[in-house]
Amino acid sequence: MSIQNLLSGVPSVVNIGLSGFAADLAAQSTPVVQVDWRPPAQGKKHLVDLLASLSAFDERIAKANDEALKRMLAGTPVLIDVQPAGEVIKGLVDKALGDKVLLHSGPPITWERMCGPMQGAVAGAIVFEGWASGLEAAMKLASSGGVKFHPNHHFGAVGPMTGITTRSMPVMVVENRAFGNRAYCMINEGLGKVMRFGANDAEVIARLHWLADSFGPAFGAALRSSGGLELAPLISRGLAMGDEMHQRNVACSALTLRALAPHLAKTGVSADELSRILTFIAGNEQFFLNIGMVMGKSIMDPVRGIDASSVVTAMCRNGTDFGVRVSGTGDQWFTAPVEMPQGLYFPGYSEKDANPDMGDSAIMETIGVGAFAMATAPSVVGFVGAGSVKDAFAFTSAMSEITLARNPRWTMPALDGQGVPTGIDVRRVVESGIQPAINTGIAHRKPGVGQVGAGVARAPLACFEQALAALAAVLGAKP
Amino acid sequence: MSVVVNRVRRGFYADSVALMRISRSLSSFAGVEQASLMIGTPANRELLAGSGLLDGEGEQAQADDLVIALRVTDPIAAEAALAEADKLLAGGQAKATQSGIPTVRGLASALNALPQANLALISVPGEFAAAEARRALGCGLHVMMFSDNVSIAEEIELKRLAASKGLLLMGPDCGTALIGGAPIAFANVVPRGDVGLISASGTGLQEVSCLLARAGRGISHGIGVGGRDLSEEVGGLMTLAAFEALEADPATRHIVIISKPPAKAVADRIHARVAKSAKPVTLCLLGVGGMTLSGAAEAVLGHRLQQGAQNAVKPRRGWIRGLYSGGTLCNEAQLVLLGAGLEVHSNVPVPGAGETSTLDLEAHTLIDLGDDDYTRGRPHPMIDPEVRNQLLSTTLADETVAVVLLDVVIGYGAHADPAGLVAGVLQATPGHRSVVVASVTGTDGDPQNYSAQAAKLAAAGVLVAHSNAQAAALAARVVS
Repeated sequence: MSIQNLLSGVPSVVNIGLSGFAADLAAQSTPVVQVDWRPPAQGKKHLVDLLASLSAFDERIAKANDEALKRMLAGTPVLIDVQPAGEVIKGLVDKALGDKVLLHSGPPITWERMCGPMQGAVAGAIVFEGWASGLEAAMKLASSGGVKFHPNHHFGAVGPMTGITTRSMPVMVVENRAFGNRAYCMINEGLGKVMRFGANDAEVIARLHWLADSFGPAFGAALRSSGGLELAPLISRGLAMGDEMHQRNVACSALTLRALAPHLAKTGVSADELSRILTFIAGNEQFFLNIGMVMGKSIMDPVRGIDASSVVTAMCRNGTDFGVRVSGTGDQWFTAPVEMPQGLYFPGYSEKDANPDMGDSAIMETIGVGAFAMATAPSVVGFVGAGSVKDAFAFTSAMSEITLARNPRWTMPALDGQGVPTGIDVRRVVESGIQPAINTGIAHRKPGVGQVGAGVARAPLACFEQALAALAAVLGAKP
Repeated sequence: MSVVVNRVRRGFYADSVALMRISRSLSSFAGVEQASLMIGTPANRELLAGSGLLDGEGEQAQADDLVIALRVTDPIAAEAALAEADKLLAGGQAKATQSGIPTVRGLASALNALPQANLALISVPGEFAAAEARRALGCGLHVMMFSDNVSIAEEIELKRLAASKGLLLMGPDCGTALIGGAPIAFANVVPRGDVGLISASGTGLQEVSCLLARAGRGISHGIGVGGRDLSEEVGGLMTLAAFEALEADPATRHIVIISKPPAKAVADRIHARVAKSAKPVTLCLLGVGGMTLSGAAEAVLGHRLQQGAQNAVKPRRGWIRGLYSGGTLCNEAQLVLLGAGLEVHSNVPVPGAGETSTLDLEAHTLIDLGDDDYTRGRPHPMIDPEVRNQLLSTTLADETVAVVLLDVVIGYGAHADPAGLVAGVLQATPGHRSVVVASVTGTDGDPQNYSAQAAKLAAAGVLVAHSNAQAAALAARVVS
């Protein structure tokens, strides 16, 4: 662009500041877009200084982020198998970590600090594993240090809501064929009274046993027989069909069922059992969520630990703390108290009943879908608290302010084929003050009640502010 | 017994001009002694605390919160005033929605919404402006910085960056541009034509472009370069870049450079460049060889401007008091008075004028009300002439004053009816003995309409000169 170009054409103006100027330009039919400007880093001086100190490393960070993006976009996730967690997640069978290990969602947390639903799920999982005879005994075991807790994220795993994973549970296995790494996630139990929302009664435990003994093996056999389910193209189709893969998984769940039903039919289970398995998948519109999550984990793990990269590699919540990891700071967690989701409640419930934000499912937003892809899923807009289709576009647009690129594989028809905003840059989050949005289910604060609503949660800025300071320290940036 | 009441709106940001306007409306609301709406930055909270307007709630506000701070006669008045504040705030927002202008949170989404964007107009507070400009240049956008309080070091860095990318950086403190016929920020609706203007002064650009337009001559482009571009430090970086562009621009046949007299080294550079120009150039270096804005327009036109307000005025004794909203117009008027052999004082003195910041000297005094001393904490008088209205009534009441000199600047960005406000003050001051002389910087294409504004002034008894220089000359004749 040269000055002559400007003079020979018509000015098209980005108005940053006084809105009256934009109104004047619009009145003369000069093309204009108004930037709703806010002071950077909310006007906090120490953060402004921190950002300025990092600008000396812009080139190095840009190069590192290019590598991070390259790895994200090169990911080739394939759903290949279902295995008992204890067979594939080494943390669950490593004696050094303890005999009785439970993996949970979010950053590390002790029993005392766990929210109600997570404690409920822990108790249920202990009963399911047979480490205690009843829920009361299970609670006692957990509170007396008889079991060990670790985040799913530490072992290549993720889990929705409470995310409790133990050795006998069947986990889906995704291999990222571009890098050879694998990731794991529980099978989605369905809606309502389920362990991920902290439910733990006999019905819940019985369903877990069925998943472990019947559904898991059959689903695993079908996957092996199919040669694996390529997930990146499936996501492309899902986006075109109105899924954002976090709050709405109708299309992807159906596509999965369509791809695997023929192979399920060949696994040799009885017609009755096959019918039960197919009904289970068909009856759960969120069946694909866990597949999407494990896919996300498999995509993000190779992005960890790139020197100087400011790309966020994980966002997750344990119902008490929100945790963020950034590539250039390795596996360090940056945590802050979780916020309450804003959304709609099922009849009879209100925010008084809601548990704070929870689950590893924010891995969906970390890879650029979920709330970041809201523009492609107008049907969930009202449900997740945004008012209109325009608001949905605004969500996606705002998230493009804090990301590095658009994913050319995952495009949104409603935005003329623009890709989903990809690669959250911790610098841009802090500078803009735009909190990553996360589409989420809302759990009842009491264990066992289940989901009471759905909405949008926000990642606390404090996590990103800490991460920025840590990145500056790693780089030796001097404010 | 008055009480202080604060209300905090979380996550609400509005620009300070809008908030100041609302503060003012609210201050005249029943039961309100003082009202201030501010974004809750630490600096703003300190300001509020300093004026005793901060309470416990306001203290908790953050930089993306709005604080509505009131001192009221009683709590009932507070409730009514807060409701009024909500109404005023909502009014502003509703207007923005109605206008249908796409609104986004940052530059990345702005470029999504308007992929053909080629110019960023930046009017954020000065401390943040350089970063926004740097980013816009990084995205390949030309930049117009309306923001002031940008350091000269930042200005040089940004202009070098722009030059290295072949981009234009207008400003900082650049209020006026005409690009491809489009008035940007404080600018007038002028016909397109063959005169290209480069100006270190916004009102200078407005005055010359309007005088040319009213004489039937059109403008190709008007490029603002910021008041410091021709300083020794900046070295005329953008003036020279703009000159190259206008010289190459097929629509431009005549180039005008408007500035205060530049530093010697810079002047040499400009003269050397101009000497090589293939197109005729008018250098309007104010004061050099008696050059005025009117003079520059006449040099381009090749004939004298139309003369207005010729009717004989009786000479009288007393002082000239100039109340200006445009700093360059204030400078030009001083040059004219000095040229007429008068002694003159100003808060923005040209060489040869004395310095004063008050209006009570026993001397001819021209005050630029757009100067920092008068604009601190309130809008520029071109946007909101309130400050001038007050000074105009006190000046009219002053028996020692013979002539009141005014500029009335219209066009986009300016107040909707500045002449009406002046007329209102005059009508409210019957029996004053001063001659009031004014000129209107504007065109009939402007939203306020030049002829209508001039007619309003004339109807209120104001002598309306055709140009700012002619107004000053008329004033000089009255007191001579």
